[in-house]
Amino acid sequence: MINEIISMNGYGPYVWSAFIFTLVSFASLYLVTKLQLLKEQKKYIVKFGSLSKAKTAVVREQKINKEILLNSVITKI
Amino acid sequence: MFNFFDLGKIFEISSRSTKYVFFLFIIVLIIGLTEALFLSPEDYKQSHSVRIMYVHVPAAWMALGIFSMITFLSVGTFIFKNKNFFLISKSLAPSGFIFNIIALITGSIWGKPTWGTWWAWDARITSMLILALFYFMYLLSWRIIENKNNAIKISSLIIIVGAINVPIIKFSVNWWNTLHQGPSLKIMSDTTIHSSMLIPLGIMTAAFALFSLLIFLMKFNTEMIRIKNKGLDRL
Repeated sequence: MINEIISMNGYGPYVWSAFIFTLVSFASLYLVTKLQLLKEQKKYIVKFGSLSKAKTAVVREQKINKEILLNSVITKI
Repeated sequence: MFNFFDLGKIFEISSRSTKYVFFLFIIVLIIGLTEALFLSPEDYKQSHSVRIMYVHVPAAWMALGIFSMITFLSVGTFIFKNKNFFLISKSLAPSGFIFNIIALITGSIWGKPTWGTWWAWDARITSMLILALFYFMYLLSWRIIENKNNAIKISSLIIIVGAINVPIIKFSVNWWNTLHQGPSLKIMSDTTIHSSMLIPLGIMTAAFALFSLLIFLMKFNTEMIRIKNKGLDRL
């Protein structure tokens, strides 16, 4: 049964390699994109942390900034 | 005009929906893979090699669909002078490029048992390779052009020129005598694929679309945070 699934009448190497290539491509793109996102979030937190109190208050008022800060906290958890 | 392209709103939705899209993608992918690899029948002519269709065809559809979407957004950038469009195009392009590469490689793997060759300079295959080159040039333009306005103009131009290739890909199997088979799935008339194969193909297409959406959301969030990072520098 397992041998049949693996060999697929001799077409196994073609079928499995096509599916494995697809899944590896998906995983690679996902990881690269995730790492880029985490890197930018980290940069943002460092920059935000170095702001004065007055500037922090201004930044916090903007919707997008609030969302970034919220997501950075969630990611850390 | 284009109030629905409010970046704040889009960012709010995109940053909150990523995890749901990820879980949905995993579920649909598992169902799709089970159907494609184990439950769907083998073809009477191509035997089990037909299973490659379940990754090759959705990848090709997605690559073409995403390129067409980027084309509309690029035209929009020029006509409506809306610079938010470029953010969406830029976030869509990486998954489109990967789907294009998957379509080419899996097509090549499928070609060996079916046609007896890994590669042929056939109209459909060559035009898909040209599409990959346009994707590559688009992504490269964002990497090498430092001035943002120039990058928007040049990348949009690359896509608009590349869009000429899209109908060529679509109709290449009708216009020329190609090794590649003609369309089996037609919108305007009856499809020639049996439902036992059509269902797994549909599920895998849904999985690929969800993956594209997932990458788009993550890429879009990255771009938005990058913009905000620059904003913090200017404070």
